[in-house]
This record gives sequence, C-alpha cells and structure tokens, in this order.
Amino acid sequence: MTGLTVRDLKVVFDGFVAVGGVDLDVPAGDVRFIIGPNGAGKTTLVDAITGLARATGTVTFDGQELLGRKVHRIARLGVGRTFQNSTVFEELTVLQNLDIAAGWHRGPLTLLRRRTSIPPRVQAALETIRLTAVRDQLAGTLPHGQKQWLEIGMLLVQDAKLFLLDEPVAGMSHEERDATGELLGELSRDHTVVVIEHDMDFLRRFARTVTVMHAGRILSEGTVAEVQADPRVQEVYLGHSVEA
Amino acid sequence: MTTLQDPVIAPDPTIQPATRRFGAGTGSRAVIGFGLAAVALFGLAPVVLGDFRLGLLAKYLCLAIVAVGIGLAWGRGGMLTLGQGVFFGLGGYAMAMHLKLTDAGPGQLPDFMQLYGQLDTLPWWWKPFASPAFALAATVLLPMLVALLLGLLIFRRRVRGAYFAILSQALCAALAIFLIGQQGTTGGTNGLTDIQGFFGYDLNDPLNRRTVYFVVAAALLAVLGIAWQLMRSRYGELLVAVRDGEERVRFLGYDPANVKLVAYVVAAGMAGLAGALFVPAVGIISPAMIGVVPSIEFVIGVAVGGRAGLVGPALGAIAVAWARTALSERLPSAWTYFEGLLFILPVVFLPGGLASLAVLLRRRTAKKEVAA
Ligand SMILES: Nc1ncnc2c1ncn2[C@@H]1O[C@H](COP(=O)(O)OP(=O)(O)O)[C@@H](O)[C@H]1O
Ligand SMILES: [Mg+2]
Repeated sequence: MTGLTVRDLKVVFDGFVAVGGVDLDVPAGDVRFIIGPNGAGKTTLVDAITGLARATGTVTFDGQELLGRKVHRIARLGVGRTFQNSTVFEELTVLQNLDIAAGWHRGPLTLLRRRTSIPPRVQAALETIRLTAVRDQLAGTLPHGQKQWLEIGMLLVQDAKLFLLDEPVAGMSHEERDATGELLGELSRDHTVVVIEHDMDFLRRFARTVTVMHAGRILSEGTVAEVQADPRVQEVYLGHSVEA
Repeated sequence: MTTLQDPVIAPDPTIQPATRRFGAGTGSRAVIGFGLAAVALFGLAPVVLGDFRLGLLAKYLCLAIVAVGIGLAWGRGGMLTLGQGVFFGLGGYAMAMHLKLTDAGPGQLPDFMQLYGQLDTLPWWWKPFASPAFALAATVLLPMLVALLLGLLIFRRRVRGAYFAILSQALCAALAIFLIGQQGTTGGTNGLTDIQGFFGYDLNDPLNRRTVYFVVAAALLAVLGIAWQLMRSRYGELLVAVRDGEERVRFLGYDPANVKLVAYVVAAGMAGLAGALFVPAVGIISPAMIGVVPSIEFVIGVAVGGRAGLVGPALGAIAVAWARTALSERLPSAWTYFEGLLFILPVVFLPGGLASLAVLLRRRTAKKEVAA
C-alpha cells in the first residue's frame, strides 16, 4: 500500500503518554491536516514517524517500516519534515541551504569540489518557492515567511515524497498564508502532504482531509465539513475555534 | 502560484555571500593571497630576520599549522578541539624517534636508553621507526588513524560541546602521563632531546636550520591550500550546516557523525605534521609540549585570530606565540594572566576574533558609501 500507514503508535515520556495508540492512514497524494489543542501530541506524532522520538507500534511509508530506523535513514526513504520554529542554516545562503538539502547521495569526489553551477532541481525549487531573487542572501536575513518556504524548498530538492509540515503558516501574514496554501496544493500533485495547523480558516480553504487529535489520541477524522459537524470535536474546542 | 509574491528586498551591501564572509574567497583572490603569503614567508622573512629569529618563526609556523586544523574542526565544524596536543605529540614523537635512531647510528640504542641503562635491545615498537618512509608516513597517518577511531566512538555517541572538550583534554593528560611514566623507552619528562640531524643534514649548521624553516613554511602553505579547498567545497558548506544545526542535517539524510569525522581527522593530520616539523625546528619534543596547557594554547591563538576564517587561525597562532616570547622574556609572571585574558576577551567580546574586526571595518565603510 502506498502512502503513510500508522498502527497503534505509542510514545511515552517518563511515564507520560504523549501519543497513546494512534492509527492513521494518509493515502498517496492526500493533503491531510492534523489539528488539535496544544499538547495534543501532534508534534510528537511527527517526531515518532521521523525517528526523533522513540515509539512502539508500526509506521510504514510506501511499504517500508520506519520505526527503529535512524533519522537519516528515514529521511533517505523519502520522508521529509519541517519544524515549528524554522531551522534553516542561517549562516549559509538560500542557495547553499538548498544545495545541501539536495545532496545526501553525493559521493566524496563531488563533496570535495566546489559547486560550479546550480543543480537543475535546486533551480526549479528556487522558482517554485519564489526565492530566486534572494538566492545569494544569508538565510538568517530572510523574513519568517520566506524561511518557511525555504524549508519547503529544501524538502523538494531532498526528494521527499512525504512532507510533514509542523505549523508552517504560524506567524505568517494573510498573503503569505494564501501563497503557502497554493504551494501546498501544487505540491500535492506528486507528494503526500501532512500539515499540522491551528488556523481554522487556513484549514477550511486548503485541507482535503482532516484528523483531529486530543490528549494523544485520534478524536475524529474525515472531510472538513464532517469534522466540524462532529460534536466531540466541538466539545474539545469549546465550540469557538471550530466555528470561528 | 501567482499570489506568491516576488520578494522586494533591496540588496543589502553589508550582506555578502557566505563564502566571502568566511574568508575562503574566490579563485583569483585566493591566488593573490597565497602569492602574498609566499612572498612574505620565502622572500621577506629570511631576508629581514636573523638566524635566531627565523628559527623562532619556524616554531611559530608549526603552531600555525595546528591552528589551521583547529580552524577547520572548531571554526567550521563546531568541535572545540582542546586536545590537539595528542596528535601534535604523536607526530612529534614519530619524527623524533626516527631522528634519534639515525643520530645513534645503525644497531645502536638512542643515547637516553643507554643512559637509563635498563635496555640492551630496542623495544619492538621503536623498530619500524628506523625506516624513514615509515616514520614520515606515521607522523601524519598515525594521528589520523587515532582520530578516526576516537571520532567514531565520540561522534557516533553524540558526545559534543563541553563534554567533547573535556574528553579531549583528558586524552592529552593521559598521553602526557603515559609518556612520563615510560622513561626508559620514551625519555619520560625530558622527552626526546638533543636531536642532531635531519635526514642526513646536521641541524647545528645554521644553513640547514634555514632549510628547515623553508620546509615548515612550505608545509604551512600546503596545509592552508588543503583547508581552503575544503572550506570552499560542498563539504565545507555541509560542515557549517552541521555546526549550526547538527540535528537538522540528519533530517536531510546525512549522518553528521561522518561529516564531523572528516574535519576532525584532517585537523589531526595537520597537528601531526606540525609536531613532526616542530622536532627539527626546535630540536626537542617532550610531554610538556603536548599536554593540557599547550593544547589550550593552540586554541587560544585560533580564538584570537578568528576561528571561522582561513588565515585568521594561523595569524592568531603566530601572534600569540610571538607575544608570549616577547612578554615572557620581560615579565615572565605576567604572561599567564595575559594569556587567560587573551582567551576570554575574544570569546566574550569578539567571537569572530581579529578577523571579524576587518569585516566590521569593511561594513562601516560600505555603510558610509551608501549614505554618501
Ligand atoms: N521530549 C519530551 N519530554 C517530555 N514530554 C514531552 C516531550 N515532548 C513533548 N512532550 C509532551 O507531550 C505532549 C504533547 O506535546 P506535542 O506533541 O508537542 O503537542 P502538540 O504539538 O500537539 O502541541 C505535551 O504535553 C508535551 O509537554
Ligand atoms: Mg506542536
């Protein structure tokens, strides 16, 4: 089966159950939003899938078991992620950031030489994320929104097939949100996209399917309309957020 | 995608591409830089400096070679290598053992072994060092091998930061203590002293000592060339990425342990080479030159010069060594305090070292030009 399959995933920190038995199916090509109150375990779920948090259960992506593999091995299987706080390499330029992201498979001879031209996939990603004009700027000098796009660009050149984006539009302006939403739509043509997000307006506009997490478990799942109509979801959000 | 706006950001004159900021610049600038350094080292210094001062400079250049490696591993790779004395010592002892054996002549024991009088045959681990090829290769390859094994253990286990620094120091102390304890076979506290010849050349001859200086200067240029290529290569960019976001790099499919290992091993090789050249330049290698204190002193020069640059570490090492000689001749007791200050000041007030002063100045002039 293609796409992401999670079965009975549990993450326990010192006796505290952060993720308590999650089942999740994200078919290839989906744009899945995962929502839920702070502390619901959304980030921890992504941490477990990408090898950062120790977990039990099974997680397969395109038929390959991920649990028990090292972080960099999971990345090489086509699983890419971003972080809540952007983590680009601030002392390097936009171009260098992308070039590094495109390079894990490079051999020693390529690594020991200088980059003489811009690799085609890096050029294509620069255009997709609209950063061509600032490619020689240090990533640390970019405004917040562009840093997040750079992160998405890094996943593109990394050849990730599954994008796990942790609150990518937090702190973005309205225009930046719209642009990011359209970027997600474009990505979903040949990628599977999972977005953790709080913003309900953004969710309504760009989600294809939604999973609601609460206290380490899946509370509800379905289309945006189905999830909004679910009384359990309304209860968790005390009515206001979902209606907002 | 049409709504994703093209960013309208005016080019900022103070922001330069990272390669320039880091001082491992473009090809033509580098050629000019190497040319100037070569003129200074091969043309100027031998003319203006007498034999004694040139000998001192040879010693400082050895320390500069260590510093270039530290610049790579610490400045670019973020590994606070407070234990380069281990590799400097391995290179130095490998060279000194060979030179002691040739000084003694075929079949003879080195003088200190006869003096302590407990041995009538050469220890087995001395024997290969009679071969010049083996000894020369060992000066660089032995430190690199040790660094490889240590690095595999250390980086795979994600030892870093202060723990890495403390571990490095402990290794220095351990090697120094081991050497002191084996007086009969290593010369103990005295080390290997009174080196007379260097591959058939008499080191008491001032002309030959000048030649040693030229060898050291050529080695420094070669080491700078290697560091320059590493820093400007894709590997150099990756190394900076690992320094600034080791965990992030993992999610891009790299194992940062391997990335760090390369810089660590190269830096160890440079320290080994420096130790090997130190022996003919100074005539001695002893535990006092490879222990905890000298290992810290290697790093001080790099911090003063600016750790992330190419030439900063080398210039800093030379400047600090020169200041040490000048000051401790006049005020022996003051040097220790001054040295402490030298370490603290750049770390607190000028993390980029003296090299960053130049960048700051350039930025100020750039700003003035824009304002004008
Ligand atoms: N490394 C950790 N150690 C201990 N507890 C953690 C750790 N990471 C997360 N948690 C806890 O797990 C719960 C879920 O956190 P998280 O997944 O970050 O929530 P969300 O992303 O949904 O806001 C929180 O209560 C958090 O405090
Ligand atoms: Mg979170």
